Amino acid sequence: MLIQSLAFYLFASVAIASGVMVISARNTVHAVLFLILAFFNAAGLFVLLGAEFLAMILIIVYVGAVAVLFLFVVMMLDVDTAAIRQGFLNYLPVGLLVGALLLGELAAVFGGWVLTPGVASKAPALDNTEALGRVLYTDYAFLFIGASMVLLLAMIGAIVLTFRQRAGVRRQDAATQINRRRDQAIELRKLASGSGA
Amino acid sequence: MIAPVGLAHYLTVAAVLLTLGVLGIFLNRKNVIVMLMSIELILLAVNLQLVAFSAHLGNLAGQVFAMFVLTIAAAEAAIGLAILVVYFRNRGSIAAEDPSMMKG
Repeated sequence: MLIQSLAFYLFASVAIASGVMVISARNTVHAVLFLILAFFNAAGLFVLLGAEFLAMILIIVYVGAVAVLFLFVVMMLDVDTAAIRQGFLNYLPVGLLVGALLLGELAAVFGGWVLTPGVASKAPALDNTEALGRVLYTDYAFLFIGASMVLLLAMIGAIVLTFRQRAGVRRQDAATQINRRRDQAIELRKLASGSGA
Repeated sequence: MIAPVGLAHYLTVAAVLLTLGVLGIFLNRKNVIVMLMSIELILLAVNLQLVAFSAHLGNLAGQVFAMFVLTIAAAEAAIGLAILVVYFRNRGSIAAEDPSMMKG
């Protein structure tokens, strides 16, 4: 129990600290790296809660895909970081006000909130991944298919948005290549010896 | 001695992360990438709440919905970054204030 508590406080404090660094880092690349750290620690919290499968998914999807996408875009766009930082403090008062309000509201909700005891059932005998799979592919099968449709839509949308044809770039045209005949491509000539073509 | 970690601890962490995400959206008006990352932080906080309640209530529905939130977050990041790339190509900046100056 003590080790569990220590692990919780470690993961929670590092996650919150890296969350602070994400929104306040001077360099956007550092912000992305701190985001990755935050996700790793959240995955640790998920493991502590008994959701191993979601923890692994979090690491694979976020660190493996989303964070790399962010890094790729950050490094591809040649952004002037000095210009970005100059208006930072203008928004600090209103931002802090909204943040304090939100945190206060959440604290008020937690303060007045009591969960009825006895609702919590015992942990299932299956391990987390198997139990999740059984629920996901039966009760939530339609939502699962809907989620896959959302991913397909996102993929097509991203491709359509970023696709552009530049003028003056020679592109491979498969139809033209296949339609070429031998007599269009090769010409045989009789040459006298000692003279060029 | 450290108090045993319960549901309220996890919810507190999630609340703080959510607040940090909202604060990040307000603070980084000139950098849409950091705004997108703040949205990811908010979604992470929501996921943490869902999983914490799922573990506390012994009900797997919360974890299933956390998975769906994860899916939507990935789709949102892909589309958001694609829009950002097109926007940067057209304007040469990534400040969130600039679209208000667009005409037509």
